Amino acid sequence: MKLNLPRLLLGLTCLLIAIWLVAPTLVIIPMSFAGKKSLVFPPQGFSLQWYENFFTNPQWFGSLIVSAKVAVMVAVVATVIGTMAAIGIERLKGRAGGVIRAILITPMIVPGVVLAVGIYAVYLDMRLVGTWTGYVLAHTLLAIPFVVIAVGANLAVFDQRLETAAASLGASRLTTFFTITLPLILPGILSGALFAFVTSFDEVIVSLFITSPELKTLPVQIFSSMTRDADPTVAAVGSLIFLATSLIIGLGLIFGMRGRRA
Amino acid sequence: MTLDTITKGAAIDIRGVSKFYGNFTALDDVSLRVEPGEFMSFLGPSGSGKTTTLNLIAGFTDLSAGEIRLGAQSIGHVPAHKRNIGVVFQHYALFPHMSVAQNVAYPLKQRGIAKADRARAVDQALQKVQLERFAHRYPSELSGGQQQRVALARAMVFTPSLLLMDEPLGALDKKLREVLQLEIRRIHRDLGSTFVYVTHDQEEALVLSDRIAVFNKGRIEQVGSGHQLYTRPETLFVGQFIGESSVLRGTHRVGADETALTVAGATLVAPGKARTDAAQVILLRPESVMVQPVGTGPKDGMTNILGGTVREMLYLGAALKYEVTLADGSNVIARTPTQHEPFAIGSAVELAWNPKDGTLLPDDGSTAGHEG
Repeated sequence: MKLNLPRLLLGLTCLLIAIWLVAPTLVIIPMSFAGKKSLVFPPQGFSLQWYENFFTNPQWFGSLIVSAKVAVMVAVVATVIGTMAAIGIERLKGRAGGVIRAILITPMIVPGVVLAVGIYAVYLDMRLVGTWTGYVLAHTLLAIPFVVIAVGANLAVFDQRLETAAASLGASRLTTFFTITLPLILPGILSGALFAFVTSFDEVIVSLFITSPELKTLPVQIFSSMTRDADPTVAAVGSLIFLATSLIIGLGLIFGMRGRRA
Repeated sequence: MTLDTITKGAAIDIRGVSKFYGNFTALDDVSLRVEPGEFMSFLGPSGSGKTTTLNLIAGFTDLSAGEIRLGAQSIGHVPAHKRNIGVVFQHYALFPHMSVAQNVAYPLKQRGIAKADRARAVDQALQKVQLERFAHRYPSELSGGQQQRVALARAMVFTPSLLLMDEPLGALDKKLREVLQLEIRRIHRDLGSTFVYVTHDQEEALVLSDRIAVFNKGRIEQVGSGHQLYTRPETLFVGQFIGESSVLRGTHRVGADETALTVAGATLVAPGKARTDAAQVILLRPESVMVQPVGTGPKDGMTNILGGTVREMLYLGAALKYEVTLADGSNVIARTPTQHEPFAIGSAVELAWNPKDGTLLPDDGSTAGHEG
């Protein structure tokens, strides 16, 4: 292959953009092995104490458990509600469907702080601040738009005539849903569930408002740790999450490709 | 339950059925009876109401008025999944996430058939459509023709007393269509179920059906065998939709037992008394028109004579097809046995036919309507 200048420039540009995108994330990995309690780059010394701290300090590990529990509940609730809503919207077609869809998607468009203030005001009144219910309700609200969009995209390419065919073969509407519709829109539902999980796991603005010392999510713990002192445990947490998400996405890509080849 | 035992086909009785969509009348007071075990085609242009009627029988749309009976049971308000009617769709509608065998087993599963019986019935159904070797393939790995065979197997595996087909061969090429037409005929004979077949292709309807119902603008124009529709059309629409034809328009005079029509200066006779004062036409089939040299005059009972000019001449091997332009500008198609010397394009000729071969019909304004 002949080397030519435009190709070289294109390659170089892409490389620079790639570095720009991943560098901030990669920087935290060496910082997590820092020897001293300071967040500086490049780090000095080497130790695993920040990882140890994360897993042994109840403040840190407890908040991870809280976040995971909330995110799983949010993923389940938002996926069920969002999927049903997406199906309803698809069936409505026309103007009514468009309006309902727009309403369901507003939490994605409204600035987080605005929502947070509103939710906080209501929660104070209803004694939901710092409760499991409070977290799940608020995060579900934020996660539903992602499910509606993911499932809706899948439904748009789903051939509804298959449901007619199933009816002619003797399947009731409920059976048709579970044997035909659900399996065929499952990819959309799963990606909606993943988005919902991540939305909740990642959420910081609303959580900061409705948090309590007894029930703290991981992002809130990171945020308060950062404002208090420069604890490299934050870098350790970041590295672990980065590793976990890379693994999930990598496995997804491998299995996705294998599925397509089959 | 096995496909070897011949199912008794059920009769369908459609009584005064209408379907409205807002102000639009899709189906206007249609009545029709399909006999048990009969192969009936619904033929008509798109939007004529044939698919609407099929959807009403299948239960995919709700009746606006009237009653539909399947055998002794009124099914007008029974939900689609409880009607026990097999349906084959133009777009196959196979479930993409299930193998061929799973697709065919689906209706049996819904009916709670035991696994062993299910497997046996699936095998038999796939044998009937010659796809037993493809049981473990997925629909996306099959050709269009094979997919439609699977759909056929799936629709008949539960031995419904009625099988509906909505333009099942519409998406396939001509050669494959002809092969599958023969298969559908064979399956109809084997099964003994009642078949209702929707098509806009008159040739297909003629090849397959015991009887054909011709639909136009939400109504049934005529029901009859292909032969009846071809030789004794009751409306100009039917006459023109089935087979090739020429239409002669002119002023008419009612006689005792025949009607005279003045066309392009010539007086032509057709059997029968005009039923209305409205304009009348004579419908001519190409094979009943003779082309002869000018001045030959009437012979062998061919007493209707019209002069014209050959506009087009096609040599078809055993036959010659002429398109002859009359003095009033209209065209007549004639199909004659190959003569010693064909008339050249542009030559003046005489058209002759036996008056009883023309069909006198009220002019409903339809013009040669069907494609291909």
